[in-house]
Amino acid sequence: MANTADTVNYLDLIKNGLIKENTIFKLALSLCPSIAVTNNLKNGVLMGVAVLFVQTMVNITISVLRKFIHPKVRLPIFMLVISGWVTIADMSMAAFVPDIYKQMGLYIQLIVAFASILARAEMFASKNKIAPSMADGIGMGLGFLFALTVISFFRELIGKGSVWGYALINAKPLLIMILPAGGFFAVGILMALFNWIDIRYFKKGPAASH
Amino acid sequence: MENLKKDHQLTLSVSPHVRSEETTSRIMWSVSAALVPAAVMGAYFFGPKAIFNVALCIIASILSEYLYQKATAKKITVCDGSAFLTGLLLGLNLPPTVPFYIPIVGSAVAVVITKQLFGGLGYNVFNPALIGRAFLLISFPKLMTIWAEPTAAFIKLDAKTTATPLGILKEEGVAKLLELFGDSSNLYLQLLSGHRAGSIGETSAIALLLGAAFLFYRGYITWHIPVSFLGTAGLMAWAFGAKGALFAGDPIVHLLSGGMLLGAFFMATDYVTCPSVKAGQLLFGAGCGFLTMLIRLKGGYPEGVMFAILIMNCFSPLIDRGFKTKVFGAKKEAKK
Repeated sequence: MANTADTVNYLDLIKNGLIKENTIFKLALSLCPSIAVTNNLKNGVLMGVAVLFVQTMVNITISVLRKFIHPKVRLPIFMLVISGWVTIADMSMAAFVPDIYKQMGLYIQLIVAFASILARAEMFASKNKIAPSMADGIGMGLGFLFALTVISFFRELIGKGSVWGYALINAKPLLIMILPAGGFFAVGILMALFNWIDIRYFKKGPAASH
Repeated sequence: MENLKKDHQLTLSVSPHVRSEETTSRIMWSVSAALVPAAVMGAYFFGPKAIFNVALCIIASILSEYLYQKATAKKITVCDGSAFLTGLLLGLNLPPTVPFYIPIVGSAVAVVITKQLFGGLGYNVFNPALIGRAFLLISFPKLMTIWAEPTAAFIKLDAKTTATPLGILKEEGVAKLLELFGDSSNLYLQLLSGHRAGSIGETSAIALLLGAAFLFYRGYITWHIPVSFLGTAGLMAWAFGAKGALFAGDPIVHLLSGGMLLGAFFMATDYVTCPSVKAGQLLFGAGCGFLTMLIRLKGGYPEGVMFAILIMNCFSPLIDRGFKTKVFGAKKEAKK
């Protein structure tokens, strides 16, 4: 994975984060926000964008600083960098989208504790050059954004009968889908669906070992 | 079978070696048969709509089991009666007047999500019918709490809606309940016969006890869970049931109303989701009774049997581990 050769395939790095190591559907990391904020599409997409931003910027910053960080204190430094960028995302959202921020402000601050962001900083950005690190950050962030968009799209559609706040279906919605319990149902079923598609159509031959 | 024996003279099989006529499907069909009296009473009090809903639940359960097993290329086991029983239990747990899509959604959730996705019969953590009902109650809170007034509904087709005895107890207290039913002996009588609002199959205490007696007679359920369930609930109702005074509550009203009897005899005793050790079953039943009364007296819902059994289902494996029986012939572990 740690591709240190001069010819780096950036598209592969992005695809890796989007599909092969998708944070939620494949690694099953950061499931808390994927259940807590995905009861409507708007929140899900905004959360995804915030994570995409933080992930990319953290990867770039760590990659820039990787030669100055002493290995013994690397984790505290990673945390400082992550919380710095999260604070920027948090304050920008509070300033520009105050309505939504009121609902999900706590979860934006919780991005600090996301396993996926620290994992990419440790596994990728601290060992690679700036450009591949940025590609990796964008890939992982897009993967997260994709997962949250899909989950919140289905939850809002089934639980409220609307998409992005506009009513679509005129039947009685399944209220459970926008409650926390429905979040578990949605994440589990979509995870199964995503893996089924992956195994069925993208992996020829025996299924990969996981 | 004959050929098989000729080819393999020496037959090896795992224990138990005692032959019995009992099979899973026989037990499932017997439990279903034991629920027939309650279903008949439900049909008598709530009319064609109730029969339609119960039938729809059964058909939808069997169909979703069939479709799931067909889609995943598994052995089709719809004839073993477990899907029939799940559908019947779910139907008896629904209010009589729900619209047609509610039984269908509930059955599909019960069979596919609760049972089949966990590996099929024997592997489910929770009671499928109860998860189906919990899913419906949370998804359609209004529709699932409209209770029809019991009439001999074949005669009178327009059903009025009313509150369940537990609903009245929760909102207005025991005095209002006595005022509605006359005196307490009349109240007990109505609760026993089932002339009250409630889910289709839970109202008639006599019919449920009849079915339970059949299960006891056949040895399909033991006394441990029902007795500890009802005992704990009764004790709690007696001790904390009345406002302002300890030990002044009315346990009989609590035991006979709501889904207490249906839950204690038919759903908490589900083989798959209750502990298999007898001492553990006592604890399981006591936990169910305690949680039921906690929800009824202090919680937001008027009825707590469903959530109590589901919560205790989670603890079944833990209870089983805690009350592990001594392995026959094994020596006691030396204390350090």
